[in-house]
Amino acid sequence: MSRTLLAVIRRDLLLALRQRADVVNTLLFFLVVVTMVPLGVGPELNTLRTIAPGVVWVAALLAAILSLNRLFANDHADGTLEQMLLTGEPLPLIVLAKCTAHWLTTGLPIVFMALLLGVMFDLGVEPTAFLMVSLLLGTPALSLIGAVGAALTLGLRGGGVLISLLVLPLYVPVLIFGAGAVESVAGGLAPTGHLLLLGALSLAASVMAPWAIAAALRISME
Amino acid sequence: MLQTVDLECQRGDRLLFSGLNLTAAPGTCLHIAGENGAGKTSLLRILCGLLSPTAGDVLWRGGNIRTLREEFWQDLAYVGHLNGVKDDLTALENVRFAGLLSGRGGNDERAAAALGALGLAGFEQAQARFLSQGQRRRIGLARLFLAESAALWILDEPFTALDVRGVKALSDLIGAQQARGGIIVLTTHQDVPLPGRVERLDLRAPRPEEVDA
Repeated sequence: MSRTLLAVIRRDLLLALRQRADVVNTLLFFLVVVTMVPLGVGPELNTLRTIAPGVVWVAALLAAILSLNRLFANDHADGTLEQMLLTGEPLPLIVLAKCTAHWLTTGLPIVFMALLLGVMFDLGVEPTAFLMVSLLLGTPALSLIGAVGAALTLGLRGGGVLISLLVLPLYVPVLIFGAGAVESVAGGLAPTGHLLLLGALSLAASVMAPWAIAAALRISME
Repeated sequence: MLQTVDLECQRGDRLLFSGLNLTAAPGTCLHIAGENGAGKTSLLRILCGLLSPTAGDVLWRGGNIRTLREEFWQDLAYVGHLNGVKDDLTALENVRFAGLLSGRGGNDERAAAALGALGLAGFEQAQARFLSQGQRRRIGLARLFLAESAALWILDEPFTALDVRGVKALSDLIGAQQARGGIIVLTTHQDVPLPGRVERLDLRAPRPEEVDA
């Protein structure tokens, strides 16, 4: 069982490596969105410090949404998805493996890019560290919840926009607690509560989302 | 044994078939024939459990496949219209992953042997995107070599895009599966001589005037 899990993760990482442009584009998009904000808001440092956590988190949500299309679409187009639905291995497990690979190629790099952005927004050491921790705890939930939307809209025309409409409202709690954690550190408060809730969201999503994704995929393939 | 009970399938407004009862005993090769649009692929997808029938049940060894689920899919190998081959993976990686995914295991030796048997020796390290349509079809079919333990093979137009030697290799494979007591359900428009006993089921495409019914 764990052999299948590892095989799927390895395959998806290998595919990401061979289609590097897809992964790199998502990360560039994230960077560009965050960079646009100071250009629009103006170079006032105090303002930028205040809005930085929210901006980074919103950009992370958008980057996640943007990359969701490729989560199942390629496997759907070449028939691999059919094979995944027809194995003796449990589908939720396979789906969990795909979400893990998605997180490793989008969520995790974003965590490290936040270090750079912390410097760009002059956040200071502690808020930057907690921005990274909040992203580390929260981005798995983005991959998992987003995958439900990707599975539901699989094979639909205009699925891309529909994913955003379905998934963005569900991302609201992650956004609130993620940005909230960093803001409370910047304001001198303990971020523990926010971080615990973020972790809880990701854990709950990793338990429940795979079942929902598996069911949605079966419906989409009919 | 694979059995269907009063199977009915409706796609859109069209009733493709209803009251379909078929039985395939171990060692049978069931050839589903019929013109385009007769519902062959829909029937195969229903037999796999990818599509739910409008009415009726599919039974595998007496149990409904909708409740058996993974237990049934363990016994199943399906090759559809789509090859299930990743363009960015090499031929060997494709076959090995297909083996791992099916839970029947896939190591390099067995995967290479499967490719060799389908005449793809020497192409193991070639990325599938650089191979021809027929060669990709062979990669997709190579997973049948790793699926000897699967008692039921469902093959949708498996001979498409294959050359004479590919057709021969595949029909040998089907013969071996039959000899092992496996069940094969396939569709094909080509007149392929299959080695074992073949049962034929003809599906008739619904006439336009029946479509509204």
